[in-house]
This record gives sequence, C-alpha cells and structure tokens, in this order.
Amino acid sequence: MEPIIQLTREPLNRDTLIGAVSHPGVGGIVVFEGVVRDNARGKQIRYLEYEVYPEMAEQQIRTIIAEAERRWGVERVAVAHRFGRLEIGEASVIIVVAAPHRAEAFDACRYIIDTLKTTVPIWKKEVASNGEEWIEG
Amino acid sequence: MKIRIRYFASLREITGQNEELLMVDERTSVADIRPLLVTRYPRLQPILERSLCAVNRGYVANETVLHEGDELVFIPPMGGGNLQE
Repeated sequence: MEPIIQLTREPLNRDTLIGAVSHPGVGGIVVFEGVVRDNARGKQIRYLEYEVYPEMAEQQIRTIIAEAERRWGVERVAVAHRFGRLEIGEASVIIVVAAPHRAEAFDACRYIIDTLKTTVPIWKKEVASNGEEWIEG
Repeated sequence: MKIRIRYFASLREITGQNEELLMVDERTSVADIRPLLVTRYPRLQPILERSLCAVNRGYVANETVLHEGDELVFIPPMGGGNLQE
C-alpha cells in the first residue's frame, strides 16, 4: 500500500493510523508514539511549539519510508507528525509499521523514527518556566 | 536572477519574515548567499554556521549553483538527534 504521511496541527489519532495499516496478512504491528515531556535538561517545560517545512518534510519522510521498505520489506507504514503548540502529554509523532512478522516491524519502526529526527525539517521550541529556546540536536 | 528564500524556526524569528525574494547574479552558489544574509541579519551568523541547506526541497552541498526561481532554505539542526532526548 501507499504509505500514509500526515503533517497536521490537529491531535494525532493512533487508532485511525493502526486501522489504516491493518490487513489480514499482518502478524505484528509496532507503534512508536512520541509525547511531550514536562522536563528537559533540568528545566520545567510548559509546552512545545513545533514548526515544519511541510513540502520538504513530506518528501523526506517518503524517502525514509522507501528505504525502510527496501531494507526490511515492510509495506504497510503510517507516519504522522503534529506541529503548532503541543501540551504536556500530547503526541507529537506516531509511527506505525505493520508486517507479517514482528522483527521487521520493530527494526523498520526504529529506523524510521531515528532517521526522521535527524533529517526531516521539523523544529521544536521548548517554552519553559524560565524562557524559551529552539532545540538543536 | 531572482531566488526565493524561506525562513523557518530560529531563522524566521531573527529575520522577522517567512520568506523573501533575493536578486542575485547568475552562477551564485549557496555558499555565496551565506555572507549576504549575515550582512543583512548579523544575528543569523552562528545559526547559519550550523545549518544545512536545501534547494527545491532537497539537501544540497554548499557549492551548489542556484538558478532562477530556486527555493532556498537554510536548515538549522533539528532537536531530535540526541537519543537521550
């Protein structure tokens, strides 16, 4: 199936993404969900602001998924990333990989999130009790 | 020739705009644009030093020569590179 890629200001819906990759031939579904934490490097985080370069981000995510498909043969992948203001506990990113067997699903999911974090143009600003800053990796 | 430059995140905040059009000479490269922007926005310098560059939505090398109508974006490091984060 064509991969599902969502970049949205709206809250992410895990169940919809899982439903979209489900299939009778699937034996395992791995979900990674990144959520907003209330602390970072000793700071008390109030909320996060995500900003995205949408056209390029979508293209980069497509490239990452294609590479995961090539390496692990996974064919049912959904990637959703939220932008705008996110509160503590809300999901910023959800990766869902469905595969016949769990090993490929775990490996592909791990690869997709790790690569996404370093190559997809999405930036995070931490707004803490003592000021705000764009976070660099 | 005219190129379009778009600003995101810290670059957007420092320049105070989402995008602008730049008039540059033929054969201008990505590397040539960096000092030009620093002259215009001195506070960009440390960020540009850490930034990669994309032309028409794909990463390119600094030596890449620009063409009329190109979309140029400097990409500061993303926050998620550190697995401890």
